[in-house]
Amino acid sequence: MKILVCISHVPDTTSKINFTDGDTKFDTNGVQFVINPNDEFGLTRAMWFKEKQGASVDVVNVGGAETESTLRKALAIGADNAIRVNTEAKDGFQVAKELAKVVKDGGYDLVIAGRESIDYNGAMVPGMLAELTDANFVTNCISLEIDGTNVKAVREIDGGKETVATSLPLVIGGQKGLVEESDLRIPNMRGIMMARKKPLTVLDPSSATQETNSLSFEKPAPKGAVKLVDADNLDELINLLHNEAKVI
Amino acid sequence: MSVLVYTESENGKFKKTALEVASYAKAVASKLGTTVTAVTINAEDTSALATYGVDKVLNIFNTELDVFNAKSYASAIAQAAKQEDAKVVVVSQTADSKYLAPILAINLEAGYVSNVVETPSNTTPFTVKRTAFTNKAFNNTSINTDVKIIGLSNNAYGLVENTASATKEDFAPSLPTNGVKVESVDKASNKVSIADAEVVVSAGRGLKGPENWGMIEELADVLGAATACSKPVSDLGWRPHGEHVGQTGKPVASNLYIAIGISGAIQHLAGISASKVKVVVNTDPEAPFFKAADYGVVGDAFNVVPQLIEKLKAFKAANA
Repeated sequence: MKILVCISHVPDTTSKINFTDGDTKFDTNGVQFVINPNDEFGLTRAMWFKEKQGASVDVVNVGGAETESTLRKALAIGADNAIRVNTEAKDGFQVAKELAKVVKDGGYDLVIAGRESIDYNGAMVPGMLAELTDANFVTNCISLEIDGTNVKAVREIDGGKETVATSLPLVIGGQKGLVEESDLRIPNMRGIMMARKKPLTVLDPSSATQETNSLSFEKPAPKGAVKLVDADNLDELINLLHNEAKVI
Repeated sequence: MSVLVYTESENGKFKKTALEVASYAKAVASKLGTTVTAVTINAEDTSALATYGVDKVLNIFNTELDVFNAKSYASAIAQAAKQEDAKVVVVSQTADSKYLAPILAINLEAGYVSNVVETPSNTTPFTVKRTAFTNKAFNNTSINTDVKIIGLSNNAYGLVENTASATKEDFAPSLPTNGVKVESVDKASNKVSIADAEVVVSAGRGLKGPENWGMIEELADVLGAATACSKPVSDLGWRPHGEHVGQTGKPVASNLYIAIGISGAIQHLAGISASKVKVVVNTDPEAPFFKAADYGVVGDAFNVVPQLIEKLKAFKAANA
């Protein structure tokens, strides 16, 4: 089984979010970049398929050279090969088109992406990629078992979960639950040394273009101060929620 | 060229978001000087749609669509959009609509923008405001394609009445072959989901152990609320993963979010910040959640929550 794991290069979850160039660009100054958490759960599940079922695992990112440190981290965790499509993609559609080419050229059976990136939150690349490559698609995936080409997956739905049967080729939008938080792997020294020697192939982009343009960013208006209510005066809290906030 | 809106139902009844996306579609249609067509799938009674500005309803009845399937639903909606020559398609951001929207975008060769929070600020270029960086910022985005898909964030627009006289038609799309089959659905039918809830009651490590969740569930019951939890609580296995809210969990956009014994890590606050009113109960007055909350109580959950339950019961009895 050939697995491709899509790796987004995103600001660490604790990053301060600021913008530059007239609020048109994310300010990367002082920001630590990491593997998108939703992708990391998928990568860890892919490692399980590699170790238990003999799958090969490649990782891919669509982005500039600055994302290679994140791809190297994925190699240090245990992926076999890394691919970087060398373009600053402008939207999810363009990323999906580039990935579709990588998937078709590489003949991958299973593509594991995160359900969404924690920076853009588009939640569209996995579904578009599945449709562009004629693969089955399960998103918000919290459990994945594969036997030959038969797949059993669990999808989180609003208020519960559903179990689905499907088959390869398949695209997954993964998230926490695919593996547990405690199963995530921190690269060890041996992994980091080996990652330096693993192939990282840089591909030229195709002629795919975007469908949407990011024009500008804004930060939410600053919030007013909290109104404190005494723990012995909860009637006042109920009064505020009823008469002032009008939510009960 | 109408605006097409997919009004989602479950077991024949509209979801809460259905009437919200209809209200929003009406506002978009007014800006474009056109009408609203709603497409429904196995919805029993569609009369409510006319109250929210829908001019025409396309009803799809097909037992093959009794269970949600993203590819089939996307295909059906795409066929409706083509028949209506829709230039804008509006969907909600429920788990199911977020699942089908990217497929729909490819089917219609349409640019798709998710997590939209306002009506378009401009129609040429067609520009919408969306949340990004898990609610830490907004992103103004234009859509270049002829057909445009908007995913409206849940609870971002609200319900706006606009009575129209909706005409109704049956619509029978052809369905694609489908490689994903639902085998079973595990959903508590008596519990309100985090996505649908007006009120969410959420608790963290301050509760000290899973055995103490009885009072959280009781508080949620009194408020008709969904229960949620912080990441450490789900990592510790005190509560199911499905209750984890925050950056890597579920997003919350309720009217009222009550956080009990949750300190307010930046990832948690990002995930719940779309909620309109936030209340925090915590023993530590320095907890970061107090900076994000509208109302706060410095106090011990084991003292505050039981009192709050009693007082809310009395309030409800008095206001019934």
